[in-house]
Amino acid sequence: MLRKTLAAATAATAVLSGAGFVLSAGPAMAQNEQFIPRLVYRTGAYAPNGIPFANGAADYITMLNERDGGINGVKLVMEECETGYATDKGVECYERLKAKGPTGAAYFSPLSTGITFALTEKAPGDKMPILTLGYGRSDSRNGAVFAWNFIAVGSYWTAADIAIQHVAKELGGFDKLKGKKISLVYHDSPYGKEPIPALEVRAKKDGFIFKAIPVTHPGVEQKSQWLAIRQDRPDYVLLWGWGVMNSTSIKEAAAVAYPRDKMLGVWWSGAEPDVIPAGDQAKGYKALLLQHPAGKFGVHGDIEKHVYAKGQGVGKDTNGQVLYNRGLIDSLIGTEAIRTAQAKFGNKPLTGEQVRWGFENLNLTAERIKQLGFEGMLKPIKFSCADHQGADEGRVHQWDGKEWKIISDFYSADRSVVDPLVKEVSAKYAAEKNITPRDCSKEQ
Amino acid sequence: MVVLGQFIEVLIGGLLAGVLYSLVALGFVLIFKASGVFNFAQGAMVLLAGLALVRSLDFLAARGVPMWAAIVLGLLFAAVVMAITAALIQKLVLGPLVNQSDLSLFMATIGITFVLEGAGQMIFGSDVYPLSLFPTDAWFVLDGLFEGGLLVNKLDVWGGLIAGALVAGLAIFFQRTKTGRALRAVADDHAAAESVGIPITWIWFVVWLVAGLVALVAATVWGTKLGVQFSIVFLALKALPVLIIGGFTSVPGAIVGGLIVGAGEKIAEVYLGQQIGGGIEYWFAYVLALAVLLVRPQGLFGERIIERI
Repeated sequence: MLRKTLAAATAATAVLSGAGFVLSAGPAMAQNEQFIPRLVYRTGAYAPNGIPFANGAADYITMLNERDGGINGVKLVMEECETGYATDKGVECYERLKAKGPTGAAYFSPLSTGITFALTEKAPGDKMPILTLGYGRSDSRNGAVFAWNFIAVGSYWTAADIAIQHVAKELGGFDKLKGKKISLVYHDSPYGKEPIPALEVRAKKDGFIFKAIPVTHPGVEQKSQWLAIRQDRPDYVLLWGWGVMNSTSIKEAAAVAYPRDKMLGVWWSGAEPDVIPAGDQAKGYKALLLQHPAGKFGVHGDIEKHVYAKGQGVGKDTNGQVLYNRGLIDSLIGTEAIRTAQAKFGNKPLTGEQVRWGFENLNLTAERIKQLGFEGMLKPIKFSCADHQGADEGRVHQWDGKEWKIISDFYSADRSVVDPLVKEVSAKYAAEKNITPRDCSKEQ
Repeated sequence: MVVLGQFIEVLIGGLLAGVLYSLVALGFVLIFKASGVFNFAQGAMVLLAGLALVRSLDFLAARGVPMWAAIVLGLLFAAVVMAITAALIQKLVLGPLVNQSDLSLFMATIGITFVLEGAGQMIFGSDVYPLSLFPTDAWFVLDGLFEGGLLVNKLDVWGGLIAGALVAGLAIFFQRTKTGRALRAVADDHAAAESVGIPITWIWFVVWLVAGLVALVAATVWGTKLGVQFSIVFLALKALPVLIIGGFTSVPGAIVGGLIVGAGEKIAEVYLGQQIGGGIEYWFAYVLALAVLLVRPQGLFGERIIERI
């Protein structure tokens, strides 16, 4: 009986990994509506980080409907699907929602590198753009190979490069990196592994000793890793965590007396849910910014006026937080791609294929960003056939125990480091998948 | 000397971490020992108890209630929530399944897991809620002998003391009280126990209540360590190898199993993991469990059950 029970228990562990379900069944779609699916995680291990992002993304779309009546008269209809950050559930949500609405989904934004990897295989066949804001496959910057992926604003290779630039600045120059020890504590998943190639390249170039230390999902137990760090005594620790892993890392660092101001997280390890649970132990901890900080800007005023004042919206409690603001930018880029595509295909609901053209021709100038209420949050972004990232900048902020303070100017990723990696890895992918890269000189 | 110091530090850290796994494993043992049911919902019960505690603490603290009073009232509220949960589980799930197969009861606990996870988050929220009931800094002992001293985390030591007290209390409960003996009788045979006048519905309520209270104790320690949040349910998976090694029916076995798993996985991660890329501790615990399962299926301290055909 005991053995039977154990066998059943083992099987059930798979069940525990998360249940996916559609949170809200959308209303019957009218013909002049553009459908935007939202893959979210409002429950489960990563919900504290998933919720503010989902709130920001949803509130921005609601605001466009309330303030402008949608985009050029086309109302936006949104539906959330709960993924629990699980790749299988994400794919299930994608399959369920891709054909919904009069013209199908406009684009997908998975908020998961694992789901992105899975959807990258499906997107070309379904002609579906995949927006991955600051996450996903770093090599998907190469639009000639990854025609359907848009890794907007920054990749993990960009982030790794900017992180090393900041460490070098703190040490007093790149020459000071030689012989230093830099360890990467990373979520043992496609997300966490993504920066390793870029850091290896930089280690070779700058002469520092690089060590990668994996942490198993979800990251609740990290004692071994931090005892090893206590023994190894690296000069800096880069943190590539998500959800509970981040605050646990900060707490374990405090427990082994590793200085928090020598820790530098990626932009997915630098939000309020990552530091508040660690209390005073998080003081001094630093993280990259995907350009935008926490706080309120012009767009927040519009959301207050057109959404919250009317008793609508979902994110009042998280409004202005780092991940809420990132959710706003996610929807900004997606909806501006739709607007760009409308200029070519007409003010009507568009197919994913048409929206893809909108992404590829998106040009958010400083003036347009200001007009949209995002001045101070974003620098100009311009996609092209060859460049599906559109920007290279990042900053660093530091937690003072109560709020995030920006402590650096903008860094721009070193393209001489990142571009050869993008070229090499995307070419390898193209060869594996038998993809003939587009000739971007012939695209318009 | 440095190498020895590092090894001792990893060993101590592992042993103490293992005791924290034991806190969760104890809840499994209680229910299995008393009802023969492998309660897959134990991790979810830790989450629910932790959420009830931390949310009530926040509520009371925001209204100016002194912290000591808020802690007492918060613990009471969480205990009441666990009592209501135990009553509902008994009434709605286990009651109708009396005399059904163990597998049916086990599957029912999987259902309970998802209900508790969903309801807990719906009622109390799905954010990360900080909890600070115990100190989380460290001692650095034997500084003169080892460079930098040996690190001993205060929270882990508190966890060890609490686990020790729990084991002593549970041992007395099972061995010396009428209810404890009745629990063991029900575990041996539901129908036989009922035929001699043991009220099985009451007994099952009591055992789920005690398991709920053990979950609350585990939540105070793990909530302080991680913040109260959904990921606490994954502790159930950390407790499983502890149970396999210690035995599903032994309270002291849960402690010994925890010590073996904790020390084994930490030493493996630090010394073996570095050679093969790291990230091995999660599955290494199951390697240890598998090794024990092959040699001694009932675990090191479990009862050997011989079924005659």
